This record gives sequence, structure tokens and C-alpha cells, in this order.
Amino acid sequence: MSALAKPRIAQPTRFHQFDPVEDLLAEFDRQGIAIHYSNEPGLIPAVPIAIKPDDWGRTAELAAGKGFRWAGGWADDIGSMPSLRFLAMSCLEKDGRFVLLRAVLDADQRELPSQAPWFPGANRSERRTRDAFGLDFIGHPDARRWLRHQAWTADEFPLRKSFPRSGNPKAVTPPDKAYAFQRAQGHGVYEIPVGPVHAGIIEPGHFRFSAVGETVLNLEERLGYVHKGIEKIAEGRGPDSLARLAGRVSGDTTVGHTWAACRAMEQAAEVRVPERALTIRGILAERERIANHLGDIGAICNDVAFAFASYQFSRLRELWLRNNRSWFGHRLLMDRVVPGGVAHDLSSEAAAAMAGELIWLRKELDELRPILADNDSLQDRLVTAGVLPEATARALGCLGFVARASGIDFDLRRDAAYAPYDRIEVRPACHRDGDVAARLNVRYDEIYASLHIIAQLLRSLGKGPIRADWRTPDAGAEGLALVEGWRGEILCYIRFGSDGRISRYYPRDPSVFNWPALERLIHGNIVPDFPLCNKSVNGSYSGHDL
Amino acid sequence: MLRIFEKIYRVGVVTEPAKAYTDPELEAIGAELKTAIDRRFSGSLGIRMVDAGSCNGCELEIHALNNAFYDLERFGVHFVASPRHADILLVTGPVSRHMQHALLTVYEAAPDPKWVVAVGTCAADGGEFGESYASCGPVGNVVPVDAVIRGCPPAPKDLLGGLLSLLAAR
Repeated sequence: MSALAKPRIAQPTRFHQFDPVEDLLAEFDRQGIAIHYSNEPGLIPAVPIAIKPDDWGRTAELAAGKGFRWAGGWADDIGSMPSLRFLAMSCLEKDGRFVLLRAVLDADQRELPSQAPWFPGANRSERRTRDAFGLDFIGHPDARRWLRHQAWTADEFPLRKSFPRSGNPKAVTPPDKAYAFQRAQGHGVYEIPVGPVHAGIIEPGHFRFSAVGETVLNLEERLGYVHKGIEKIAEGRGPDSLARLAGRVSGDTTVGHTWAACRAMEQAAEVRVPERALTIRGILAERERIANHLGDIGAICNDVAFAFASYQFSRLRELWLRNNRSWFGHRLLMDRVVPGGVAHDLSSEAAAAMAGELIWLRKELDELRPILADNDSLQDRLVTAGVLPEATARALGCLGFVARASGIDFDLRRDAAYAPYDRIEVRPACHRDGDVAARLNVRYDEIYASLHIIAQLLRSLGKGPIRADWRTPDAGAEGLALVEGWRGEILCYIRFGSDGRISRYYPRDPSVFNWPALERLIHGNIVPDFPLCNKSVNGSYSGHDL
Repeated sequence: MLRIFEKIYRVGVVTEPAKAYTDPELEAIGAELKTAIDRRFSGSLGIRMVDAGSCNGCELEIHALNNAFYDLERFGVHFVASPRHADILLVTGPVSRHMQHALLTVYEAAPDPKWVVAVGTCAADGGEFGESYASCGPVGNVVPVDAVIRGCPPAPKDLLGGLLSLLAAR
């Protein structure tokens, strides 16, 4: 069981005896790196620090040396007067404390040192920024493009404000044939190309296997197929419209991404969300977590042909979604979280029924767990399959159940708690083995933990309004939000333009850091176990590609 | 092992008759469905699902059609792994430009006669995403569409109803 999980009530950050962010900034000072504290209240979950672009790589090196995690990197086009200016940002975390590095690239400066040599997790994000903004990261280990296929050319940069939303597309965008995959050569080595269209009911992406016999020698992912220009089409939207778009960043994480976007907007606009709405948001997020984990557990079992569990868990998921529909009006809970609160109240009858539902689901799970645990043919396929070592998970910055199955006991709901989690007990699950079985067991434990959370939230549900009046923020107001979605930490950055409309929206799904883990954990496994390993990680294609 | 049998016995059959979640009109269509599939497709209708750029919400609900409550296979409908085995293409999402060529390839690979069903609001009219440098908009902008099932996402019963209507109308 979860020997590593230490339930504790989250402490406000001011009680930290040792502040890793202060320690890092002191180190910057000792190394002669000039820093400026910036003072945007909307960025408050992180400590915003302005540095010179030339120090971009050096700060990453020092942060890596101090054991920080790279939690996301993006850029913004902040104007063309007198010349193009860009703002590069990257977020770093240690012990639940966040620092947001910011560097302004002025006067047609287009280069800054890469952070990827010290943080492998930064690799794809920096390539993405390069493709979308035309910023070059000096010293980056991989010169290949990432986000761009063939829908725009190498000298077009869609996230620059001067680039038209409609772009200059061809009648038919050609396939991306020229991408240079890594080649493995030698006697008996062969390649298997898979995708973008997969055999099941799943999202598109390309996997390139190099195999010897049945054993996977190497796997390379090529994503970006479902890039829909979410960041670009967010520009100019009002808050309600942005929330709807955020709810479709990744359909299975509709509550998580909408909550993150709304929190970022609320921080920027200094809107206080009513208590009752916060509690309902927590209930919605935990219901989303449980629904997805039920689906995943069934799907993992299905991938090793244990049909009994597949049907049982899809039955539980269906009943759970039907309750979503009757209590909140939508099976997947889309558009229930809105700027300033929630769109749908929870009636007292529904709250009472939900309390009964929690007991019902717990009983079902108690019955099913020993059946899974005692089934040798199931465990034989899951145990030791797709092992992700803790060191690899840390280096890549893995999140959520993928990290927690590899011994990384990090959960925003406890370690950087936000309302309503700051007033209740959260028990993150944690396992050490890092295999498919561990990722299944973490999910199982997390369902129990979420049932415990919903029960506490239902008890603390007070009376009152469910939505605050919106207040139009000043032009340039920024917001940063961190939310523990069902896949793990979601980061969301928002900057408002004039008239209260969105100028920049960047949602960072946890899949960004979990997809690279799949490339590592598949090593040495057999090709037929790939669907199983893939399902156990279950990255979002849409949430990654945006 | 006994525990498995005990659980199966106690849960019983949860599959719902079509009338439990459809209106009378749909019930009538439901009665005709099996006949239509039996007659036109020798009792077996193959569906190939293509995500051409969706947020994955539609996929979750299409997946649900296979759970024990809806049990799509009882009508002779099954999801196939290759477009070459398909009678119907279910296409979700606005078609991203990066998926445009792949969707055209799948369309060409499916044997005639074939029907394309655009599933979800995005596939129907572009939804929240519309047309842009990255998105071709609705499925109809890329391949000919024979039927549309709206919803964000359409619930399993809407999907079932949409499929039944398509077959009944042809």
C-alpha cells in the first residue's frame, strides 16, 4: 500500500522554515546574476523574477543544481513599438514553492540560451516556442521542429501578433514526411511506424518504433497532429468565451483546464470567488478525477484482455457520468466552471444523493480490488511492465499519477494547496515500483482519496452565492494558476489586453511532461505491450498539441 | 475465481432495451435497425472512428457505446481497426490542418459504398475552434458528409439515435 503517502494538512507557505525560492535567489545573487522582483499580484502562486535574456541558461543550471523541477516554459509577443519585443517565461518548482523567470527580448533580439541542457523536460516546450514565435534557444540539444508540421512555413510564426489568425494555408496541407526520426541500424533492427490514425477509438499521433524481434529498442513520438491553434484563437476572447475554449483543451480534463483558466483570469482581475462556488469546483474536479480513473483502470485491464474488469469499471464509470448529468446537467461536466464561480448549483437533494453514491462506489471498489489483486494472469501482465525509474521521472518533471507511481509524492492539493483543498485533508497516493501495476494502483488509491475529499467538501458546503460579479481587469493584467487536474499539475498563464479581452492564453497540460516518459519506460518491453504501457500513462494528445 | 462469478451473478445484465432511453420515435427506428443492418449489411456494420482533431470529449462518449448499458454490438455494429473494413467513418473534431491529409487517406482507403458521419459540434460546424491557420473547420470542408450528430459531446444515446436515423433513412 501507500507507505510513502503521509497525510498532512497543508500549511500556508509562510510557515515554511526553509524557503527554496529565497535560497535560489540568494544563489543567483552570489553568482552575480541581476534579478528584479516584479510585482504583479496575479502571478502570486509563483515569485516573479525578471532576469536578463543572457542569464536564461545560467539560472536554469543553478536551479537544476538546487533540485528544482522545470514546470513549464512559454513566450509572449508584447508589442512591436519601436521594434518587436518578446517576453520569455519559465516556471520552476521545489517543495511546492514556485518561481517564474521572465526575460524581455528587446530591439530585435531573437536568441536566448536554452534551459533544456539542464532540464530535459524543457526540450519540446522550447522547440514549440521556437516554431510558434521564432525565438532561438542557443545550445538546445535538438534542432528539429516540434509543433510545426506543414500547415505553415519555417519563416512564419503563428503566435506572433502580426500573424493573421487565418494564416496562409494550402488547399490541402501535405503530410509531414520530412521529419528526421532517429534511426537505429544493425542486424535484425527494423522500424514500425504507427499512426497518426490509430486502430482504436483514440486520438491521433505518430509512434516510430525501432525493434529487434519483439523487443522495443527505441520509441520516438511525433505529436502535434491535433494542433488546433488554441492559443491563437484565444486572443480577443472575453472571459466567458475563454472559459468555454479552456474546457475543450482536453475534453477529459474539462473541469481541470476551465478551473485553471478561470483562476488565472480571476487572479488577474482580482475577483473573489464565493466560498460555495469554490467547494463546488472542488467537487467537480474530484468527480472528473474519479470518472477518468475508473475509465483508465477498465481500459488497462481491457488491453490485457481481462474483459471482466473492463466491463465492471466501464459500468461504474457510466453510472458515475449519469449522476453528473442528473446533478450538474452534463455528463463530462463541461462549462460548469465559469469566471467568478460555477454555472450550476448543487441542490440539497443532490448533495444528499451524492453522499449515498460515495458509499456505493466505495463498496463496489472494495469488492473489485481483491479480484484484480488475486488474478495471476492480470498481475503477470502488469507487474514489471513499463517501469519508469524515479530518477527518470524526476529528470523529465513527470506529474500526477505517473510521477506518484514512481515514488514522487507531489500533489498541489496538499503541497501548494488552494481553496477548497487548503481547509480539508488530502491524502495523495504514492507507489514506488513505477510499473503499469503501480500506475493502476495509484489510480485506485486516488479514487478512494477523492471519495474522502468529496465527502469532506459535501460536509463543508455552506450557503451563499455561486458566482461573483466580473470586474474588467486593467490592460496588461496577468494571471498565473496552478491546479491539480486528474493527470497532474495544470499550469495556466493569462494576460489581458484592452477592453478586458484575452491577449495571451497558455495552458500547460501535465501530458507535456508525461509523454516523454512513455519513450523511456517502453525500453526493453515487447511491442505488443505498447498499448498497455501507453494506456497506463494516458497522455492527452489534444492537451499537448493545443 | 469464485469471486468473479459471484460478482457477475450479482451485477446481472445491465444492458438497457433501446426504449429505456429513447423517445417513441427512436424506439420505432430501433426496431428497424436490426432489420436494416441484417438486410443491407448481412447483419454486420463496421464503423471506423477517426479523430481528426477533437478535444477527446467525443471519443469518451463513443467509447461509452461499447459499455454494457448501450452495448452497440448487439445491433450488429462493431468498431473496426482499419478503414478497409469500414462501412461508416465516424469523424470527430474540427479537422486540424495537420490531420487533413490523414483524413483524406482514410476516406480513400474505405471501400465504396461508404458513409461519413460527422460527430460532435466541432465536426458539424467547427465548434469553438472554427477555421484558422491550424484548423480546416467542419469535416464537410474536407470530405463529403452524409450525416451529422451534434452535441458537445453528443451523449451515447444521441450517438445511438443518430446512427439509427442514418440507417433508417437510407
